[in-house]
Amino acid sequence: MKTRRRGSNRHLWFCAAPAMTLFAAFWLLPMLRLVGVGASGPSGAMAYLAVLSNRHYLDSLVSTLLLSLTVTLVTLAIAAVVGLFLQRNRFPGKSLLMAMLTFPLAFPGVVVGFMVIMLAGRQGLIGALTDKLFGQSLVFAYSLAGLFLGYVYFSIPRVILTVMAAAEKLDPSLEEAARSLGANGLRVFADVVLPALTPALISSGAICFATSMGAFGTAFTLATKIDVLPMAIYNEFTSYANFSMAAALSIVLGLITWLALALARSLSGSSVPAAA
Amino acid sequence: MKRASRNALQFYLLLLLTLLVCAFLIVPVLLSMLAGVTENFFVGLSSGFTLRWVMAVWETYEPTIWRSIVIALACLVVTALVGVPLAYMLARYRGGNSRLARLLEELLMMPVAVPGLATALALIMAYGQYRAFRGSLLFILVGHVLFTLPFMVRPVLAVMQSSQLALLEEAAASLGAGYWQRFCGVVIPNAMPGILAGALMVTTLSIGEFNITWMLHTPLTMTLPVGLADSYASMRLEVGSAYTLIFLFMIIPLLIAMQWVTQTTQARVRL
Repeated sequence: MKTRRRGSNRHLWFCAAPAMTLFAAFWLLPMLRLVGVGASGPSGAMAYLAVLSNRHYLDSLVSTLLLSLTVTLVTLAIAAVVGLFLQRNRFPGKSLLMAMLTFPLAFPGVVVGFMVIMLAGRQGLIGALTDKLFGQSLVFAYSLAGLFLGYVYFSIPRVILTVMAAAEKLDPSLEEAARSLGANGLRVFADVVLPALTPALISSGAICFATSMGAFGTAFTLATKIDVLPMAIYNEFTSYANFSMAAALSIVLGLITWLALALARSLSGSSVPAAA
Repeated sequence: MKRASRNALQFYLLLLLTLLVCAFLIVPVLLSMLAGVTENFFVGLSSGFTLRWVMAVWETYEPTIWRSIVIALACLVVTALVGVPLAYMLARYRGGNSRLARLLEELLMMPVAVPGLATALALIMAYGQYRAFRGSLLFILVGHVLFTLPFMVRPVLAVMQSSQLALLEEAAASLGAGYWQRFCGVVIPNAMPGILAGALMVTTLSIGEFNITWMLHTPLTMTLPVGLADSYASMRLEVGSAYTLIFLFMIIPLLIAMQWVTQTTQARVRL
């Protein structure tokens, strides 16, 4: 019996071998190498602290963090309300609405950037409308505000889906109980619904935060001079050929996003995937 | 009575918000679709419809479209060949509840959790000196496989965990089926809904991948999203729009198929 089990485990290792080899050769080893390259510049391993000590990188880091946090909070607020509403109400045209809300899920960052240009760019809708109404066209696509709009655009469909899936599992009798005890709608929402949705909000918020920190396509489409960390890494690498600094910064960025996701997972329970 | 009217008011306010959010997401898509077939978008629709811009995109960027399709299909083949056996191992190793299996799953997720920029830089630093590899489509394929592999493994693993695989396999083994026979005759057919969901996911993600590809590409290995970025930066709005239109028409069938698979198999597909 014992030998048979060992035999079947060996067979399982054989199944995992191709994927593990691929992963080790093309991700794990290159990543270790990248850590080494990051410490190979003139300042050695101190390069990893440059994010904090160098004014320019610190500014990029702070504006990226602030941008990602704002995007996360705004997205969560909007998507929680809309997701709950969609889960709880039936009305004609709902499935069409759902299809439209989830359509942008598959857009890459570059396309999202282009959508922002369509809305708030030089020939955009907002510009045309404000020009008609106030005689002056409002154009903000090519700045941090445009990036904010893009990341919210990108994140809303994901969070709506997560909220809907979580709201589906809510026990309606809890809310009825709260209501029968005299709680009004707002109290029920704050004390019963929101706590039940919290794990889903934390996990989808973390994914939203991590993508906003590391995404690059949207910023790239809007303007290469937007000062966020991924753009700073890109410029170090291509414009200044400062490979060690680019490596150090991307390791720091990777650590931040990984930590955010890991933290969210431990807060919201192990059933939540690392990223979705 | 008062309460009913308040509920109705609340309903319509929330509906309005939902419609606004929907408009925010869809109006730019429609505008860009329109711009792609309008003679001059700045003048407006009155300038007339044309397929000129779509033709222009086809002339300039045709190779990027084929390249993206080839890479997506190759990526699908590799992730299926490598990912399905891995999912099987994760589902079966020590009864599917070992710390090691969870650690492996976690590791596999890293290329998704860490920004694509970092993965791409790591690949360039480690393999950039092999010129032939660096300049080939294979280099981009490697990046795509790393990024999409978890999206194949996870739905397959989920299906395997929920179907009583161990029991079924034991039944097959008691009837004399060997490993290979059991894998092909029991494991694969049972995991099919997961494989299908994963396959659609992998293809869609690979066609749209930009963050890794942008750093890995050379002028001769430009993919569709890289071409899109290029056209947004250097071409007129109508050309960028027409190119986006082509991209949308490529992913719409995939999205519809994904919807269909989720509905018919109840397998959870998530982007």
